[in-house]
Amino acid sequence: MDNTKVRKIFTLGVWGDNPIFRQILGICSALAVTNLMLNSLVMGLGLIFVTSFSELTVSLIRKFTPKHIRMMVQVLIISSFVIIVDIFLKAYYPEMSEALGPYVGLIITNCIIMGRCESYAQNNPPIYAFLDGVASGTGYAIILLIIAFFRELLGFGSIFGIQVLGAWWTNWIVMIMAPGAFFMLGIVIWVARSLSPEDEESNKQEVAKA
Amino acid sequence: MEINPVVILFAAIFTNNIILTNFLGMCSFIAVSSEIKTSLGLGQAVTFVLTFTTVLNYVIYHHVLEPLGLESFRFIVFIITIAAFVQLVEMIVERYLPNLYYALGIFLPLITVNCAILGVSLFMVIREYNMLQSLLFGFGSGVGWTLAIVAMAGIRKRLKYAKVPKGLEGPGITIIVTGLMALAFIGFSGIVQIQ
Repeated sequence: MDNTKVRKIFTLGVWGDNPIFRQILGICSALAVTNLMLNSLVMGLGLIFVTSFSELTVSLIRKFTPKHIRMMVQVLIISSFVIIVDIFLKAYYPEMSEALGPYVGLIITNCIIMGRCESYAQNNPPIYAFLDGVASGTGYAIILLIIAFFRELLGFGSIFGIQVLGAWWTNWIVMIMAPGAFFMLGIVIWVARSLSPEDEESNKQEVAKA
Repeated sequence: MEINPVVILFAAIFTNNIILTNFLGMCSFIAVSSEIKTSLGLGQAVTFVLTFTTVLNYVIYHHVLEPLGLESFRFIVFIITIAAFVQLVEMIVERYLPNLYYALGIFLPLITVNCAILGVSLFMVIREYNMLQSLLFGFGSGVGWTLAIVAMAGIRKRLKYAKVPKGLEGPGITIIVTGLMALAFIGFSGIVQIQ
C-alpha cells in the first residue's frame, strides 16, 4: 500500500473534498439527527460502515458489472448494508433505532455514498476504495458532531447527555427545532469555506477527472 | 392511528412540511431552486410521484411484506418500487402525453434519488397510516415541498443582487434562508397538529 496515496485519500475525504461543506451532499441527515450528539455519532458510524463496505463491494465487482445497470447494482448493494445497520440497531439499541426513525433508511438516498461509488470505487482497487469510504464517512461524521455539539449545548445545555451548563442556562429551544439546524449548518459551511478558500472551478475539474 | 385524513393533508403542507421540519429532499432543493419555472416543474413531478409511490408502497408493505414477515427488506423494496415507478411513468408519459413529457421529462430521473420520496414512504410505515391517510400524506408532502422550493426560488432571485460574504455564497446563504423560512412556517403550527 502506498502511504502517500492513503494520506491523500484521507485529507481529501475529511477536509479538501468534505462531502458536507464542500460538495453539499447528504444534507438531509446532517440536519435531522444533529439535535443530540449521541444520535450524530451513531449516524456517523453507520454511514462510515455503509460507505466503506459499499465502496469495497462495488470496487470488487467493478470488472463484472455491465455499465448500463451499474446504478441499480450500486443501489442494491447500498440498501443491503443499510438493512444490516437497521437490523443491528433494532436488535441492540432499540431506543436509538426509534430516535433515528426513518433517517437510517434514508442513508440509501444519501448522495455521498452513491457519489463515492460512482466517482471513486468504480475505477479504483478495493483496498483504496474501502479507505476512501472510511475517509468520506469520517469527514461527514466530524461535521455532524460539530453541528450537534453546538445544537445540544445551546438547546439542552448538555454534551452527550451530560449536563454541563448549570441551572442558570436558559435552553435555546430554537436550536432543537428545525430552524436551528439550518442556521447551524449554514454557519458551519460559512466558517469551513472561509478557512479553506479553494476556488470552485479547480474543484469541479477535479471531480470531473475522478 | 386515528387522525382525520384532511388534517394530515394540511399538516403535511404547512406544519409538518417535509423539507422545513424533516429536512427531506434538501439536495435537489438546493440544486434546483435557482429558477421559479424549473422549481415548479420539479415540484409537480415530485408531487405526482410521491402521491402514487406512497400508496403503492403502502399496498406492498401491508399486503406483501408484512404477511411474509419481511419488514426488514422494506428499504430495498421501497427504493426498487420508486425507481420502477419513475421509469414506468417516464415511458408512459413520453408515449402518450408528449406535452407533459416536455414539461416534466428532465426532472423524472432526478426524482429517484430525492430522499423525500423514500422518506415519506418510511414515515408512512412508522406513523402507521391507513390507505387514505397515506394517499393524502403523500400528496400533501408533495405540495408542501413544491411550496417551499418555489418560495425559495423567488427569494433566491432577489438574493442575486445582495452582497453576501465570500464563504457564505451559494449553498451557505441558501441554507440560512431556508432556516428563516422554517422559522416562519413554525407560525402555522397552531393550526393543525399531527404526532
